[in-house]
Amino acid sequence: MDTRRAPRAVIDPKVRQVGFFAPPGQAQPSSSPPVSDLSPSSNSLSPVMIPPPRPVPFPAVPLSPLRRPSAGESIPVGSYNPSEFASPTASFSEEAPSPRRAHRGISRKFASSLPSGGFDFAASKPNNFPASSLKTVSVVNTPPGVSAFPDKKGSKAAFAEKDGGPSLEVQCEQSASSKSLKEKTSKAERRALQEAQRAAKATAKAEGSKAPVVASGEVTATNAKPVKASKAPSQKNDISSVVASEKKGGDRPPEKDRKKDVPQPRMQFDDKIRVEKAKKRAVVKQTEAKHRVELFRHLPQYEHGTRIPDLESKFFQLDPVHPAVYKVGSRYLAGDISGGNARCIAMLQAFQESIKDYSTPPEKTLARDLTAKMNCYVSFLIECRPLSISMGNAIKFLKTRIAKLPLTMSESEAKATLRSDIDRFINEKIILADMLIVRHAVTKIRDGDVLLTYGSSSAVEMILLHAHELGKLFRVVIVDSRPKLEGQLLLRRLLGKGLSCTYTHINAVSFIMHEVTRVFLGASSILSNGTVYSRVGTACIAMVAHEFHVPVLVCCEAYKFHERVQLDSICSNELGNPDTISKVPGRKEINYLDDWASNENLQLLNLIYDATPSDYVSMIITDYGMVPPTSVPVIVREYRREHLWI
Amino acid sequence: MWYRSASFILDKQQEERDAVARPESRLLSPTSPISSMAETLQNPNPNPKISAYYQTRAAHHAVVTSDWLAQAQAAVGQHPDDLPPESPSVDSGKPFSVIDEFNNWRKQPDLAEAVAAIRALASVIRSSEATTMMELEIELKKASDSLKSWDTTSISLTAGCDLFMRYVTRTSALEYEDFNSAKSRLIERAEKFGEISYKARKIIAMLSQEFIFDGCTILVHGFSRVVLEVLKTAAENRKLFRVLCTEGRPDRTGLRLSNELAKLDVPVKLLIDSAVAYSMDEVDMVFVGADGVVESGGIINMMGTYQIALVAHSMNKPVYVAAESYKFARLYPLDQKDMAPALRPIDFGVPIPSKVEVETSARDYTPPQYLTLLFTDLGVLTPSVVSDELIQLYL
Repeated sequence: MDTRRAPRAVIDPKVRQVGFFAPPGQAQPSSSPPVSDLSPSSNSLSPVMIPPPRPVPFPAVPLSPLRRPSAGESIPVGSYNPSEFASPTASFSEEAPSPRRAHRGISRKFASSLPSGGFDFAASKPNNFPASSLKTVSVVNTPPGVSAFPDKKGSKAAFAEKDGGPSLEVQCEQSASSKSLKEKTSKAERRALQEAQRAAKATAKAEGSKAPVVASGEVTATNAKPVKASKAPSQKNDISSVVASEKKGGDRPPEKDRKKDVPQPRMQFDDKIRVEKAKKRAVVKQTEAKHRVELFRHLPQYEHGTRIPDLESKFFQLDPVHPAVYKVGSRYLAGDISGGNARCIAMLQAFQESIKDYSTPPEKTLARDLTAKMNCYVSFLIECRPLSISMGNAIKFLKTRIAKLPLTMSESEAKATLRSDIDRFINEKIILADMLIVRHAVTKIRDGDVLLTYGSSSAVEMILLHAHELGKLFRVVIVDSRPKLEGQLLLRRLLGKGLSCTYTHINAVSFIMHEVTRVFLGASSILSNGTVYSRVGTACIAMVAHEFHVPVLVCCEAYKFHERVQLDSICSNELGNPDTISKVPGRKEINYLDDWASNENLQLLNLIYDATPSDYVSMIITDYGMVPPTSVPVIVREYRREHLWI
Repeated sequence: MWYRSASFILDKQQEERDAVARPESRLLSPTSPISSMAETLQNPNPNPKISAYYQTRAAHHAVVTSDWLAQAQAAVGQHPDDLPPESPSVDSGKPFSVIDEFNNWRKQPDLAEAVAAIRALASVIRSSEATTMMELEIELKKASDSLKSWDTTSISLTAGCDLFMRYVTRTSALEYEDFNSAKSRLIERAEKFGEISYKARKIIAMLSQEFIFDGCTILVHGFSRVVLEVLKTAAENRKLFRVLCTEGRPDRTGLRLSNELAKLDVPVKLLIDSAVAYSMDEVDMVFVGADGVVESGGIINMMGTYQIALVAHSMNKPVYVAAESYKFARLYPLDQKDMAPALRPIDFGVPIPSKVEVETSARDYTPPQYLTLLFTDLGVLTPSVVSDELIQLYL
């Protein structure tokens, strides 16, 4: 049914780039054969893996004349020509680019066990080589790119990385030899060649792991070829070759653009220097909590209770923060607003207020100055409470809107546009989306069902109420957990509408699960691999439900989808106030943990979120319909540019 | 040995026409909301309690071969294998009915129901007397709705109609200024879609050839025209393989398949449905067709597919599904009961006491985790791609 698929081909490949993507040229199935050898290396480069700070674009140009022919000639390697297939190097060069990263550690280990093997070989190599491969050596040496090497040595921009260089050389050799193989080879010759290539690989590895200076000094003396490899001085240039090879792909966006795509790394709070810096900038003075759990040191955790008075006392000093934003921030801090949607709407409305009162200072443009202002507000809000992913998406939306404002637009017009954009976002992406979710989800509730929900999700509440209005006969089990006990609020509202409910704590979930027919869960965010990022405890519920073969339905608006991938709840999470779990409200006699802060050996962990693996999720109900968790990246890809950011 | 005879089927059709409930239907569960909806619509299936889809399947693929049926029907005076007229006579004064057209096409046993529907819809456009695009679209919508309500239990029919509407109306042709050119463009697209759907089976058969290796043993369930095409092509390509056919109770469609395969000189062995686990260890792959492919990537298919998939999964055997892309439906069943019920009578050979309840559901849902690959005319897909395709088509 090619014709039906035609529109997909028409779609600009940029739109379809999600988390991991091949450069657009290679995303096309019709990539020309010469590139085929390079594609794995550039494929392996996902934007997530690029560390953002990279000062100079690497001069990859000299490499290309060297590599291009090799790539072109190594096509026969891919085909199943048995003689070539048998040679280990053939398979090596085929795989070389992609596993390079993974094998680095191994190669280093390997080399340390064989410190001098490489050099021995390097010395003896010329003798072992048959005539044809000697020719290869000379070929390798001739290209201008290679002669340019010494000049590059001084600069940081060395591109022949420590195993990229050698592998490259092996490739050249191999391609040349594969050509010669076809011409005429005796068995002995082939064997010798194989041996040589294998040894070349070993050399490469050994040299790669040597301290660069030493290596270059020694090797220059021994052989001309290894010099190339060892001339690569920097240790961290793993990236550089990838960049280089990818540059040759040609159609990668320029450095600058890519940098923009790469999310700024989150602040790691175990990095002392940066934390100090951040503290100096901070508006809200926060004392960090003591005794944090080792695994979660990278997350911010503060002494609760100290911050609100501090913030209040600073009200008049904080001139850059708009009062509306300040108000929202202080409410976040106090915990008055919780829930992804509520927080997002409150934030957007505060921004709307601030835009209303905004006026461009003289000699500045609205787009730039307002963006700077927004950044300032956002960092203020982050200090109050870390942003949720939904808020991050909303901010991203607002910023793109600001950036896309035409320069010719007058200030009042621009402000009106932005405010209506915000309104539209709230309406379409949150309120209407919720209505759609309700409409979809209600079809999955039958008479006689027992629905379980955890915590308090606004979407789930709307679903339950709507199903009740439709006259469906069902029972609700609300599972709750300490310390927030959010379920009680939901329970109260549902009982008020006359639903029949059961309330229990998460401890009893395995008992209650056998009578449940559907589990409805809310989510703070859904990530690209289908992982549901939600209130802590959700994963537990989902796991028990899965074990009992009860379908788990996750209700989540599409604006909360994110292209990030997360495998555990550690690397990105939020820490709550540890005091809340050490105390039991209303039970004065339980005071065993009263002075826990003074005990060095005790660390309390009050996590806010957890990650539910997609295996436990049967269905995700979103405004685009009911989709399996595997389709989250599809929705992110298809709607991110056109709709989600409007 | 064969309880079911052609006369039995003809009797059944007679009964259907008379809308007389059979004694068995007393046992059926109360009318589902959907079928009651169908009744309110203008052209309901005469007997909504019994799935027309499975009735047709039984008539076409059950033990009684189609030629047998043809003979029998010829005696009655109908010629089902006659090609229906290319375009219905609109000018004859008789109002054009999409259902008649559909039924006309449907009588060909080789033509899938959805393809029949697609062709019927195409002829709706052709014979339409609408003068504006909007009118034509509304007319088309009405026709497709009446087709869908004709048999709500058939997933491929619903999906085929929906896809047709999507495919045909989602074109820039609607912006043509001239209505006639726009209409001819629509007809062109409709015919193209019909053609693609018709050829789908061949494409699938080609795609699946790489997966059938010499010396393999294939387990098939029930009768699927796509699977038969796949096996036929493999036999034509001189592959050496063995087929285990399940019996396919209650309409015994497996017998038909084994019959067809024997004609092709493929070694074939017949199993009763309950012997699947017993013989799974000698099976290399399971091939099944599908009535519908749902959004989760799972399939809805003849009763018994789920248990075969479960057994195959637990023994690490691949389960391949051959299904045309017009069977992709925007449904998402969560479990077995989360579907519109499709019921059919089951003949146990002996009278069943009225106190005994009989499970008469005709199909089950196989979740995606038990399927290995789907062979469709869009390519060989993993189950998760189904949702990808559907999202791109519908949203």
